[in-house]
Amino acid sequence: MMLNYIWGALMLVSLVVAAFTGRLEAVTTGAMNGASDAVTLSISLLGIMCLWTGLMKIASSSGIINIFARVLRPLTKILFPRLPQNSPAMDCIVMNMVANLFGMSNAATPLGLKAMKELSRLERGNIASDNMCMFVVINSASLQLIPSTVIAIRQSIGSSNPFEIIMPVWIASLIALIVGVSAAKLFALGGRV
Amino acid sequence: MNNISILVIPLMFAMIIGYGLLQRVAVFDCFIEGAKEGIETTIRILPALVGLLTAIAMFRASGALDMLGNLLSPLLSIIQFPKELVPLALMRPISGSGALAIVTDITKTHGADTFIGRIASVMMGSTETTFYTLAVYLGSVGIKNPRYTVKAALLADLTGILASVYVVKWFFS
Repeated sequence: MMLNYIWGALMLVSLVVAAFTGRLEAVTTGAMNGASDAVTLSISLLGIMCLWTGLMKIASSSGIINIFARVLRPLTKILFPRLPQNSPAMDCIVMNMVANLFGMSNAATPLGLKAMKELSRLERGNIASDNMCMFVVINSASLQLIPSTVIAIRQSIGSSNPFEIIMPVWIASLIALIVGVSAAKLFALGGRV
Repeated sequence: MNNISILVIPLMFAMIIGYGLLQRVAVFDCFIEGAKEGIETTIRILPALVGLLTAIAMFRASGALDMLGNLLSPLLSIIQFPKELVPLALMRPISGSGALAIVTDITKTHGADTFIGRIASVMMGSTETTFYTLAVYLGSVGIKNPRYTVKAALLADLTGILASVYVVKWFFS
């Protein structure tokens, strides 16, 4: 995929530039440090990741997601006005949104794919419907209550307050979500006229 | 407002464990089972992280990273976008572990509690691996014509990337 070219290019460009600037030794050292940093990072992330996925397992077993899904329902009426409230597609969409909100990516993706399947049942052909576009846009903006990975990195790097970025993350992703949703709505209107 | 950031996690803990006990979930057993998934996920991304952190460390050490920043700096100064964050902005929509590697590199180099470190954190937390999401979701049902989906999703991504910079500027001023 795309990453093969990016990774290859990063390596080759670094080596060519280093050859010209006389930093080949620094680059070799950098490579070794980078590789061992990755392991150090993974180990220091491990604890917080496990804490988080453990808590999320309790959340999904207790069915707390259903409570949040009920809260989100009215919002889905605005986002997907043409989709019946009690359709299986809507159920999957709401559950996917809540799973994303909690940062349960293991649960969010299968629910999201099921939602896409249900949505595609309502359409013919292989053209994305307005509902599908809206759903994918919401997923790609992904609002998350607790950005656990970032917090884990900050903590492992020795931040004095790893959590201070939570509010800014909410604000930034909410802005992105609003822009994405508005754009999708506008494009949908434009396509119909 | 910083108090909210600090309160969210304890509230979340209380809510999840409280409701779990109320619903008679075997909370500890459940936790252990979930924590196992955490180990699997972390180990699964380790090879990618090794490859990507190596490449990014080489890119920085060779001076190519600075060159890229300097090349784009006239354009970046217009929108007041710090050049240190260009690699992250470029990588974020393409690869989650790639972005993770860059955030680590940036926060290590500049510090997590600095202006640059905070923006990198917010950017990582507020945007998604958009190309991956598009490919997986649209591909799963065989969509050949995504219409405006790509445009709208990338617009949301660009907004998130720019918003991270301005929100951090405003929030921590």
